[in-house]
Amino acid sequence: MHEGGFFYQAFVYLLTAVIAVPVAKRLGLGSVLGYLIGGVLIGPALLGLIGKEGQDVMHFAEFGVVMMLFVIGLELEPSLLWRLRTSITGMGGMQIVFTTILVGAAAMLFGLEWKAALAIGLTFSLSSTAIVMQTLQEKGLIKSGAGQSSFAVLLFQDIAVIPILAIFPLLATVLVEKAHPSFMETLPAWLQTLFVIGAVVLIVLTGKYILRHVFRLIAKTAMREIFTAMVLLLVIGIALLMNFVGLSPALGAFVAGVVLANSEYRHELESDIDPFKGLLLGLFFISVGASINFGLVIDQPVTLLLLTISLMAIKAVIVFTIGKIFKLGSGESSIFAVALAQVGEFAFVLFSFSTSLGILDNNTTGMLTAVVAISMAFTPFVFALNEKIIVPFLANKAPKKEKSADTIDEKSRVIVAGFGRFGNTAGRFLRANGVLPTVIDNDSDRVETLRKLGIKVYYGDPTRYDLLHAAGAEEAKIIIIALDIPEKVIELVHTIKKHFPHVKILARAYDRSDAYELIEAGVDKIYRETLDTSLRMGSDTLRMLGYRAYQTERMSHIFFKHDEESIEKLAHHRKDKKEYLTVARQNIEELEEMIKADFTDVDMNRDAGWDTDSLREEFANKGKIYP
Amino acid sequence: MKKILILFSHPALEKSRINKKLVNRINKVEGITFHDLYENYPKFDINIEREKELLLAHDIVIFQHPFFWYSCPPLLKQWIDLVLEHGWAYGSKGTALTGKWGLNVITTGGGEQAYAKEGMNGHTIWEFLAPFRQTFSLCKMIPLPPFVVHGTHKLEGEEIDKYAESYVYIVESLRDEKFDLATLQNARYLNDLSVKKVEG
Repeated sequence: MHEGGFFYQAFVYLLTAVIAVPVAKRLGLGSVLGYLIGGVLIGPALLGLIGKEGQDVMHFAEFGVVMMLFVIGLELEPSLLWRLRTSITGMGGMQIVFTTILVGAAAMLFGLEWKAALAIGLTFSLSSTAIVMQTLQEKGLIKSGAGQSSFAVLLFQDIAVIPILAIFPLLATVLVEKAHPSFMETLPAWLQTLFVIGAVVLIVLTGKYILRHVFRLIAKTAMREIFTAMVLLLVIGIALLMNFVGLSPALGAFVAGVVLANSEYRHELESDIDPFKGLLLGLFFISVGASINFGLVIDQPVTLLLLTISLMAIKAVIVFTIGKIFKLGSGESSIFAVALAQVGEFAFVLFSFSTSLGILDNNTTGMLTAVVAISMAFTPFVFALNEKIIVPFLANKAPKKEKSADTIDEKSRVIVAGFGRFGNTAGRFLRANGVLPTVIDNDSDRVETLRKLGIKVYYGDPTRYDLLHAAGAEEAKIIIIALDIPEKVIELVHTIKKHFPHVKILARAYDRSDAYELIEAGVDKIYRETLDTSLRMGSDTLRMLGYRAYQTERMSHIFFKHDEESIEKLAHHRKDKKEYLTVARQNIEELEEMIKADFTDVDMNRDAGWDTDSLREEFANKGKIYP
Repeated sequence: MKKILILFSHPALEKSRINKKLVNRINKVEGITFHDLYENYPKFDINIEREKELLLAHDIVIFQHPFFWYSCPPLLKQWIDLVLEHGWAYGSKGTALTGKWGLNVITTGGGEQAYAKEGMNGHTIWEFLAPFRQTFSLCKMIPLPPFVVHGTHKLEGEEIDKYAESYVYIVESLRDEKFDLATLQNARYLNDLSVKKVEG
């Protein structure tokens, strides 16, 4: 009933996503499983809404994986890598080596020769970054010991993909003759390896010395869609280059991401590419679901099930042991183990790669691909099982050990939006006291300068939800809004109130009427930009007139507090009057109310404890002395 | 049931070892008002009306502070200067605080033997506290002996905990009126009335 038209396909896939994901989330299964189940439903085996062209869609959707690796690369700041070095190399290295050996040995027991077994072992040692990170995020486990360890191992796996891809051609048993062999495939193996290195070096150099300037120029145009276009162009360009030299586009994108991780445009790049990445990954998961070979599943359900379960068990036991070696508690280790027990999406790429290299035959890869997909589909269930039964059991049995030392990219507790003349003082003061805020600013020249001074600052429009998200607003405690434009301040307040209601907001207000609006919007604390300064001016005037310094100091503080209280009161008052007064009239009336409400000097000098009038009076009357 | 107001003043609680523990225990005691002066008035801008209301609402006033230079930190002195107004707290018409009890809870680096005629400081704690005692008296309040933590620089974990427990015990006893006034007034330190007294 399907006619492969583009709009028809787009309709089917989007509809699947829109229905399956919310339903799956409702059932507590997570979005990944939602996509997978959706894919199974519309696949040729069941409803048949999509047929063989599902394979093509999968190839297209693999681009989501490319983008994901680009984003992962972006998150790999060298400093973060350095801090996590022990976890990454230790845990990650052990995980890959042991899994490869054990799974490879098992494969050889099934009668495969060592090259094939090695390819299978390497492929199965990888886990699904997409599934794991998404699940951990949804469950709020990212910051836990298990979450951080998972992240470290996934990181190592993502890096390990590079040598794995380079090793595979060396395992090739036959040189596959294609109708149109690519330029690379006509070359001998050693030259191919040389090309791999050459292409990577090219990307690194371009990223390091050219791209930043290009982004800067484009950022200066202040056209957001052009920036987005540039990001997409970059990723697609890399994919094409990689294809040309016969390498994995994902690998190239990953390298480009790492190179750009230190750039001030990192968050902007990340948030621009995020929706594309998300949708394409969804599409990818749907096509994985659709491509599960149900013929195989129906023929050999027991074999497949046993294979999947024993594979996941092997992987989990290895990871659990590593967790224990690295002093994680039992509960954390079991979460860590369950998280990494499935096989990653990269397996699909590696299996098709190894088929084309003749390392594995079609039958084997068909079977193994099904195992991968099933292991992915099992993950949410295993997670739930672990969470409900195993972790509580372990936690009751042994006192949970706190994990020490290594922490991943500890998101800053404070975000400063706008680092202009207002925000920079607040931000510098925080830094001077050891609180390093995440700074977002949308002036690219300023960002450049601050970066040169070693301040961690990101380029972008802080009012954007996705940028706030990328800057870690979920984990932040306080957001300081110090933007120049009052309308932008209000806009940002609304965004934060809507998406991150737990974050405290300290906002800069331009003037009183601006302050009223912010009070109405529910800002926690408001700072009128001229209040403190003009009061200082007033008290300096008093001093020049001969008033004592401490007196003017106290008086200005009393006045300040009174003014702060009165603005709260007037805010409500003003709300009632709003309808029938013009803004100008309103301001004049307010000035009148304000002055009327001000203290007189009688009110101000009320520290009677330092006053001897009443004492002298009493002394005169009764002749009795008091201090 | 007596209502107790603790006026706590410490300019650098973040650096404190003893007071931090005392505070963490005492501010969880039910039925007392713990009032952290430096936290409320970092600019010495004491809200006199509010302080007066607090005093009126309580029966026992405790000044808790480190015994810096044989006295209290400056904010508490400013509080005394400004809140205890003539005609309200003292003077012929000043009767607002009549009959309330007042005492100091202090922490000091010197040991007990240092606070004696022959000791390093030449006077007892009771003698040093004369200005506070007389302040209470002038306000027609009844001064009580202090609760004293001696030798703070040498105290370690468990010893500090014991002092904290003893402090909590004394404050709870005051609240629940376990001791009569004579017993209290006859004690050298209120610590001595605690069953959980720290030896030495």
